[in-house]
Amino acid sequence: MIRLLARWLVNSIMLLLVVSGLTFVLVSLAPGDAARTILGQRGTQEQYLALREQLGLDQPLPVRYWDWLRGVLRGDMGESMFSHDPVSRLVADRIGVTIWLVVGALLVIAVVGVALGMASARLKGAIGRCLDALSMVGVSIPNFWFGLVLVTLLSVKLRLFPVTGYVYPAESVSGWLRSLALPVVTLAIGGIAVIAKQARDAISTQLDQEYVLALRGQGISERSIVYRHVLKNAAVPLTTVLGLMLIGLFSGTVLVESIFALPGLGGLVVGATTQHDIPVVEGVALVFALMVVTTNLVVDLLYHVVNPRIRTP
Amino acid sequence: MRSVRAFFRQPVAATAFAVAAAIILASVFANVVAPHDPLAQDLRSANALPGAEHWLGADTLGRDICSRLLYGGRITLTGALIAVAVFVALGVPAGLLAGYRRGLFDLVASRVVEVMFAIPVMIIVMVVVSVFSSGVTASMLTIGILGSGSLFRVVRGQTMAAAQELYVKAARSEGLRARSILRRHILPNIWGPVIVQTTLFSAGAILTESGLAFLGFSVQPPAPSWGSMIGEASRYISAHPWQLIPPGVLIGVIVMCLGLIGDGVRDAVSRTDTVRRPGRRAGSRRRGQAGRPAAPAVPAAPAALSRPGAASPDAASRTPASTGAGADPQPDAILSVRGLTVAFGRADSQTVVVQDVSFDVGPGESVGVVGESGSGKTVVARSVIGLLGRGGRVISGQVFFDGQELTALPPAALAKIRGRDIALIPQEPTTTLDPAFTIGKQIAEVVRRHDRRPRAEVRARVIELLSLVGLAEPETLVGRYPHELSGGMAQRVGIALALAGRPRLLIADEPTTALDVTVQQQILDLLRDLQDRLGMAILVVTHDWGVLADLTERAGVMYAGQVVESAPIEDLYHRPLSPYTRALIAANPHNATKGEPLPSIPGQVLAPADWPIGCHFAPRCALATPECSAGPVELRPAEPGHSVRCLHSASAVV
Repeated sequence: MIRLLARWLVNSIMLLLVVSGLTFVLVSLAPGDAARTILGQRGTQEQYLALREQLGLDQPLPVRYWDWLRGVLRGDMGESMFSHDPVSRLVADRIGVTIWLVVGALLVIAVVGVALGMASARLKGAIGRCLDALSMVGVSIPNFWFGLVLVTLLSVKLRLFPVTGYVYPAESVSGWLRSLALPVVTLAIGGIAVIAKQARDAISTQLDQEYVLALRGQGISERSIVYRHVLKNAAVPLTTVLGLMLIGLFSGTVLVESIFALPGLGGLVVGATTQHDIPVVEGVALVFALMVVTTNLVVDLLYHVVNPRIRTP
Repeated sequence: MRSVRAFFRQPVAATAFAVAAAIILASVFANVVAPHDPLAQDLRSANALPGAEHWLGADTLGRDICSRLLYGGRITLTGALIAVAVFVALGVPAGLLAGYRRGLFDLVASRVVEVMFAIPVMIIVMVVVSVFSSGVTASMLTIGILGSGSLFRVVRGQTMAAAQELYVKAARSEGLRARSILRRHILPNIWGPVIVQTTLFSAGAILTESGLAFLGFSVQPPAPSWGSMIGEASRYISAHPWQLIPPGVLIGVIVMCLGLIGDGVRDAVSRTDTVRRPGRRAGSRRRGQAGRPAAPAVPAAPAALSRPGAASPDAASRTPASTGAGADPQPDAILSVRGLTVAFGRADSQTVVVQDVSFDVGPGESVGVVGESGSGKTVVARSVIGLLGRGGRVISGQVFFDGQELTALPPAALAKIRGRDIALIPQEPTTTLDPAFTIGKQIAEVVRRHDRRPRAEVRARVIELLSLVGLAEPETLVGRYPHELSGGMAQRVGIALALAGRPRLLIADEPTTALDVTVQQQILDLLRDLQDRLGMAILVVTHDWGVLADLTERAGVMYAGQVVESAPIEDLYHRPLSPYTRALIAANPHNATKGEPLPSIPGQVLAPADWPIGCHFAPRCALATPECSAGPVELRPAEPGHSVRCLHSASAVV
């Protein structure tokens, strides 16, 4: 357990440093700098140099990185070059939306994906082949396109869901669920297809294990064999896949939040990217890395729970 | 070349390849193929639906969607190509180096890749796009770099595996240059997986490029790309939903084709790979049956044949396994098997693996079934409790338990009998326990299944069962997982599980084969002791004469799906009538004379599909005459309690 935490800590610090350092280096490589961007074409050379000094851009890169890092540790991630809002506040206002979106998608992927995989593993035959084909389609279609199709059919034509926008749960829980439903499904579609296939393979493998035969020999009901024993054993490889998928889901929020105009981090980073608002982009990148690190810990702990074999060294 | 042919022989993969190639070529030659100028506005046909003029309709400015798709493919596919080039240029050399040289580079590179896997790609791409201009090149380079970790892992793994092959090791020790080893021995093994990874990655790159273009981070309008066309269409979904369809479907189709090509390459390579290196296949065979040697070369317990078999006085007088199919069951027997015939495979091409097997087990009696691997003895044991597995079924004959015919029962009714009336002690103790549950939970579930009781009583019963099978400290054992147990302990747990439902018949399938020699005797003692105390009947399936002598009173000898001889155990061992039984006893390692080679039966057990019509043993039998192969040989009583399936049994008596 301690080894697991230590390993996680080392990996996490490495990831955070890599992501923030990479961002920093990339920013410094850019033609022109923030001072030039803020001043635009009009500023004089004196104004430019003064602003450079004010922003600390005359310092060498490692010093600037160190200063930024120290600021981050104090909770200060700088401010937006345009609105001058502190990045930490921008992030704090929006992180909830993104987390709910990702958690919702993960739940949908796990439940629907495993259910489809289970059906495919147990039914084989024509139904299994149909599910395989559906899964192939699910991985292949662009999810942002699928989201737009859903909006066209369910929101525009049938008016079942709001077209865009977000309702905070404090305002109305049912409104909140309705505003998240299509974004969650859009984000989840590819993952469902992947997990359905992985779950099918994992469950088929487990059904062929000797212990399944032994359990039948002991008179254990088929229901308990499949839903208790096989499912728990199949959860071991599936947890790993779901963990990797989570990282992709964070990436996916960028597109999904843009389609549905959700006020989350993904939408924030797209806006900041379009404006070249570098402090915001840097801040959001770090926060995404932090979320990945946190989910990695949760996945590791979960893996620990489902797989007793790694618990004893 | 063989793999290339194997690839195109798969209709799905070949079609996918053709479709993908057509889309790519049409984009490359868009200036030739496209019916219109992609930028030409024609407001008269604005928002036109598909028709003769515009095959896929026109957008809000009246531009031809089909032409825009063809030209847009250039942007999207060029972007994907950049990403793929970086992906391969980084992943392959780094993977080769790390897998071949190992050492520090491998250590560092593997750690870097591990971190790369945890980076949310889209976020870094956003950083890149925000810093550099919003063109395709920078973002696709980033995607190629961040994605190359997966190719690195695959190439590294394949290289390491190939470098472990003996011929590569030999070439290295002979001082062959690394470059020629890589080219001649390692590259041929990795190109298949590299192509698979690359096609899958290129599908992902197309999806990512489209997403970026959709957000506006690609070519500047009015130039088209697939993603930006979806973006433009998304602004008019309520009025003109059709415009959404063509770009989305096209992306979906090419991505799916790339995925199918990847699958096809994987299948083609693995198929030709097994032709090239047949040794690889052994691992995929099912354990248990086929893996074991044909002759009973497995060392048996240092047992017990010196000790006279525990034949009960009435054993010899019991009617042995001589009756044919359809005969009435023995009235006082707890288990009567009559004419059992089992086949595997589909009905039109089935293979019979067990033929016309009959025997009885009395209450509290122990009966053995002995034979080589592949004789069908395990199939007999499993078909008694309806656990033949996929594709196996009883095609004729009956199994009576306590007068009830089991083969006709619906699965649910049969499941009620399992564990409660008939229990199974499986072969491999460590793989037959569920690795994800503690010992206590597994036994408790079986106990609850057979009699519902309050929690405390269930726990007490679990402890009682664990003590019954001689396990020390049962209270701590209930919290352990199967992987924490030794083989002997695991087999005792397996026996405890079998006893949980207080069965009247225990089926023990090679109960000691997987165990250490020293533990085997303990398990045999335990089984005998349990039988004395609990009075249940035991059916033992084994290849080991020591186990038979220790546990059973009577036994049937099986060869190639048939019972060839059946007798009280002492008669069977000391006065065998069938030449096969004699050969089997002679091949018992415990009878070997020091200094002489271990006796074995010449030839091999025939595969079920090759069984002759006549005596199944005739091809390997020293006494075989033409009559033996002329027609089926019946099992017939030779003397009271002793029957044999042999035309020459008289001359076989020593």
